Amino acid sequence: MSLLEIKGLTKQFGGLTAVKNVDFDIDEGEIVSIIGPNGAGKTTIFNLISGFYPVTAGTMKFKGRSIVGLKPHQVCQRGIGRTFQIVKPFGSMTVLENVLVAGLCRFGFEEARDEAMKCLEFTGLAERADQPAKSLTLGGRKRLEMARAIVARPDLVLLDEVVAGLNPRETEETIQLIRRLRERGVSAAAGVEHVMRVVMTLSDRVIVLNHGEKIAEGTPQEIAGDRRVIEAYLGEGYAQS
Amino acid sequence: MKTLSNLRSNFVYAVVGTGAILAFVPFVLSSSYLLQVLIIVLLFVTLGVSWNLLGGYSGQLSLGHAVFFGIGAYGVALLSKPLGQSPWLGLLAGAVLSLPLAAFVGYVCFRLRGPYFTLATIALAEVIRLVVLNSVDLTGGAKGVTVRPLFKGVDKAPWYLLALGLAVFVVLVTYLITRSKLGYYLVAIREDEDAAEAVGVDATGYKMVALAISAFFTSVAGGFFASYLSFIEPDMVLSVERSVEICLLAIIGGLGTILGPVVGALILGLAGEWFRTNLGQAHLLTYGVLLVAVIMFMPEGIVGTMKKAGQVIGKRLSEERRRVTA
Amino acid sequence: MSVLAQTIVGGILLGGLYALIGIGLTIVFGVMRVINFAHGEFLMVSMYLTYLLFTLWGVDPFLSLFITMPVFFLFGMFIQRFFISPVLKAPEMNQILLTVGIGLILANLIQLLFSADYRQVKTSYSDAVVGVSGISVSLPYSGAFVVAILITVALYFFLMRTDTGKAIRATAQDRDAAALMGADVGRISMITFGIGTAAAAAAGTLLTPVYYLFPTVGGPFTLKSFVVVVLGGMGSILGAIFGGLTLGIAESLGAVYVSTGYQDAIGFLIFLLILILKPSGLFGKSRV
Repeated sequence: MSLLEIKGLTKQFGGLTAVKNVDFDIDEGEIVSIIGPNGAGKTTIFNLISGFYPVTAGTMKFKGRSIVGLKPHQVCQRGIGRTFQIVKPFGSMTVLENVLVAGLCRFGFEEARDEAMKCLEFTGLAERADQPAKSLTLGGRKRLEMARAIVARPDLVLLDEVVAGLNPRETEETIQLIRRLRERGVSAAAGVEHVMRVVMTLSDRVIVLNHGEKIAEGTPQEIAGDRRVIEAYLGEGYAQS
Repeated sequence: MKTLSNLRSNFVYAVVGTGAILAFVPFVLSSSYLLQVLIIVLLFVTLGVSWNLLGGYSGQLSLGHAVFFGIGAYGVALLSKPLGQSPWLGLLAGAVLSLPLAAFVGYVCFRLRGPYFTLATIALAEVIRLVVLNSVDLTGGAKGVTVRPLFKGVDKAPWYLLALGLAVFVVLVTYLITRSKLGYYLVAIREDEDAAEAVGVDATGYKMVALAISAFFTSVAGGFFASYLSFIEPDMVLSVERSVEICLLAIIGGLGTILGPVVGALILGLAGEWFRTNLGQAHLLTYGVLLVAVIMFMPEGIVGTMKKAGQVIGKRLSEERRRVTA
Repeated sequence: MSVLAQTIVGGILLGGLYALIGIGLTIVFGVMRVINFAHGEFLMVSMYLTYLLFTLWGVDPFLSLFITMPVFFLFGMFIQRFFISPVLKAPEMNQILLTVGIGLILANLIQLLFSADYRQVKTSYSDAVVGVSGISVSLPYSGAFVVAILITVALYFFLMRTDTGKAIRATAQDRDAAALMGADVGRISMITFGIGTAAAAAAGTLLTPVYYLFPTVGGPFTLKSFVVVVLGGMGSILGAIFGGLTLGIAESLGAVYVSTGYQDAIGFLIFLLILILKPSGLFGKSRV
């Protein structure tokens, strides 16, 4: 049984079908990337999984139990963490408090504080623990998003464009961080990503979306040569038979 | 839980100590007028601190809080008689009734955010005011209704002590909340409700809890007020002006701080009294001016601005120290 | 049956005025994303100005439109420039509180100047009634309705055909993009707020022959203008027209068939229902 099973996932906003009949699974131990041109429905899928949008049709099962219709905080409590594409720090709280709050759903105060410190060390933010979160640079905020998403030891973490806007060094650090997520008890990660370097080096599997539908799935090497993928990104002229 | 160790913290000592000292005031103060002003100030403290739990900490700007003040007031006015002629039981009943009312307000309004939430609280409060105004048989309508006093006699001291006790209690409760899981969750909700949900916070549920606590204490204050004045009518306790006044206490002093509403209460209570005697009907003008001035020049409120200044000074000092020792 | 028709016609006439008030609020929101809690107070002050013009110099309210509208256009620009603009970057809560404060100041200044007494402007036609196929309609209300329509149409053409109007619409759709395209966003904001205030002022002037004046008359109108805008969708002029008419008719029916005491409550109840069921209104774009 896979950790996350998505079947026939569909989302309509009025007349617009943002996600159409998407199937995929995520197994324990996997790092999966979801890629596709802008507007392909990637973040929408994350919002559906994490409960921020109601599902129009389809099933979603996490650890064997359906998560359709759950509110976001319930999805979190089941063991799915997430980051947001546009970072959302709790600005007036300190960096430590940001992560501490996220741990309170699982731990008591003292334990949450310890786990939060560990997460800050893990993400390299330990020195800034007592600074207000709004004083962080974008790179720091992205790392804070991640620390917050993993402090409660989720089984699956959803990373939404987690390297967008970062410079090459920060991107490399983030890649290393994602590789080490297992240390925090995170068995699987799914990432919406545009940066191909991250996709190619990190992913065990890649899922390609276009116009809300899944058009390809496979290892990074497989989809790099996939004709439909090339068409979707670069247009028909570039695809070779 | 950390609660027990909290009880030994400096802040708690300071508040209880101040309360104890203030308890002697009625016995050394000869002016009954001043004592009455202080009673209003203490009532404002309770109102401001209660409102702030929802407005400042949770970030939900309610401009309809008069509705809880009103249910407390009308509770003691109308329920004392059936409950054995006891205004104390009437007050308690009114306060208890504020809880289902809060549940209703929350149910209707919390699905909305930002200005829509505020508008909804205003609209809901106005509907309830109109209902009370028009239910003449039940509430006396615009003619008002007399209220039994909690304390018989002319002496204001027992009123003062009750108001003081209430204020101290509410401040302590708020302090405990800010150090608890509830407090952290409320701030998270204020800062970013979506992110809070994503880390496991049941935003609607916790907003309800904040509203319930806030409503309860606001209605106790309302019951006190009604009994203290021994007469109420809808415009005194259910009007939009009352709601604005309550929220102003926290704004002036500083949203999201515990002492902010205390400072706000002092200013509005003392200055308000001066303006009331000298400007009569239009003393609300000062509310408007204060509101505009604070928003434009000191949006963090007095305590908030001082806190920020303190942080800036602290940072500069530590930079200096680093430079000197380097 | 004729009572029903009468009530509905009365509601439509009132609705025209509500639409005008709502339009003022909705374009301000569309361009600046500011919800002006003092909108009703602008209306109220205009009523008092109209009252003054009538009482001191005998200027008919319909004529004083030519004075009140420009005056309040300028007043609106002034308020925007010196009070609203500095606060635009602050959290929403601050903007709300600022406009609440401005409303309080206006209401209480008027009270200081004019006392809380109810006042009235009685023109020769204040009570005049016109009979149209068995339905009698109030003449001043009809006149107000016609003028409101004219102003709305003029505003519509202004927004659609003139350069400034297009710049306003562009800013409403995307502030940054409009700025990049050379629109002077600051000036646009001032003009828009001026227009919004002038619309409220026009409604105030038109209401003067048929409504009691008192310093706190503005509050309910602020809330009603919100009902109108929420019904039709924030930022939509067509929506405001629809919302205004709906509210007018609903209130009119409510006053006759339910109770006059709860007349104002009807609007609020509709408001709450819409907020709960469809916060983006029936025409508006989805906004939190």
